[in-house]
Amino acid sequence: MISILTNNWSALLEGIKYTLESSLIALIGSLILGVIFAMLEISPNKTVHIIGRTYVEIFRNIPLLVVAMFFYIVMPRFIPGLDGFTAGTIGLTIYTSAFIAETVRAGIESVPVGQMEAARSNGMAYLQAMRFIILPQAIKIVVPPLGNQFVNLVKNSSVLAFLAGFDLMYQGNLIASTTFKTTDTYLAVGLLYLVMTMPLSYLMRYLEKRWAKNQQA
Amino acid sequence: MRNKQKSWAKLWLLLPLLSLLIALSACGKNIAQEDVVQRVKKTNEITWGVKSDTRLFGLMNIKTGKIQGFDVDIAKAISKEIFGDQVKINFVPVTSNTRLPLLKNGNVEGLVSTMTITPERKKEIDFSDVYFNAGQAIIVKKGSKIKSVKDLTKGTKVIGIQGSNSVDNIKKAAPNTQVLQLSDAAQAFTALKSDQGDAMTTDNGILYGLVSDDPSYQVVGGTFTSEPYGIGINKGQKKFRTAINQALKTIEKDGTYQKIVDKWFKKISGFDGSVVK
Repeated sequence: MISILTNNWSALLEGIKYTLESSLIALIGSLILGVIFAMLEISPNKTVHIIGRTYVEIFRNIPLLVVAMFFYIVMPRFIPGLDGFTAGTIGLTIYTSAFIAETVRAGIESVPVGQMEAARSNGMAYLQAMRFIILPQAIKIVVPPLGNQFVNLVKNSSVLAFLAGFDLMYQGNLIASTTFKTTDTYLAVGLLYLVMTMPLSYLMRYLEKRWAKNQQA
Repeated sequence: MRNKQKSWAKLWLLLPLLSLLIALSACGKNIAQEDVVQRVKKTNEITWGVKSDTRLFGLMNIKTGKIQGFDVDIAKAISKEIFGDQVKINFVPVTSNTRLPLLKNGNVEGLVSTMTITPERKKEIDFSDVYFNAGQAIIVKKGSKIKSVKDLTKGTKVIGIQGSNSVDNIKKAAPNTQVLQLSDAAQAFTALKSDQGDAMTTDNGILYGLVSDDPSYQVVGGTFTSEPYGIGINKGQKKFRTAINQALKTIEKDGTYQKIVDKWFKKISGFDGSVVK
């Protein structure tokens, strides 16, 4: 297994680079999209609520591979030059944003209704109350499940391998099929994913603990 | 303090996991080492690995659920020649990526899967004599500026298939082009149709199968390599290899081989008859 790592280090490093790049873009994108659609979902306006709900239900219930394939195979007819990496990252962003929307929505709804009512009766507008009263409380609740989504996102980025997206799994496939050392290669690839996701898990756990302390004080 | 000790204790749990990985990594003897001829004679059942996505060679018929093609018929003819007409023949779909692991793990007894005999593969497995002579070529959309491999210059993208030596060949023949590798021929052709690349490359037999299905694409520039296909078997299966080579000779002599060739390639226009053995 060591020889796989040393002999193909440049290819694996290239893969890690693309995996991290895709994950980072998707993380930021899906966080923004997720919060937006969570807000739509909890909106008192019926039409807006339905728009948010539809988006979440569609992308939460279709396999990631199908979403990514759609952007890789179908969308280039309308958007020329959409390559595997871009298509995969867009798919990953949209797919993850649906889960993040659900997580954020649950977080906001778990803040007692009285908080909103109190803020409104003190003269705050709906968005003001959201911004200053509800969201700061919701964030603390949402962090642990959100961490799960981020770890999942890094792992799910392996979908790029099916779209020739040059990520770690793609490089792993190529190394396995040229060296014929399948077991060792996938063990090495698994290990490298672990190296990427473990720090993320620990960071999330650390934030969770710190905020729990804050709340007590 | 106590908390810290606890978290270190958890790390010890990783130890058995790690040793399991190492044990897996140094995988020991398995079913693949048994003598195939003896085992098949006992069980009266043989399993071949064939392509299931490659028109003309091995393609899954969605209606019947059976794989059909040149490779499949060759495998059938050889099995019957060695083990008699009564032998039960199973087919397992493989891809360029999965076929060697499947063979080495013993999931299949042999591979008839458009596999070129190469020195690298010979280090891992054994090959029979050549049963088909192919050559690598490229296909493009009709009207494309690319007329041969030489036109694949900087800024072009060519689509290849993972785990096939055609990727190495195209990198040598057109070093400045970018190669995108997809998992099988069907995926690669779909990607080409979605304009993910300017050309697609693999062996000509497979490419003719693709263009016979979609005439808006064409093979250009002829072949630029020679790709002799062999039947792949595990190392140490001398008896099986001798039997396969003997069977290949027999079906060639009695006309079975030519019948199979005619069945699959006679109708294909543009296919160079001389590349067939």
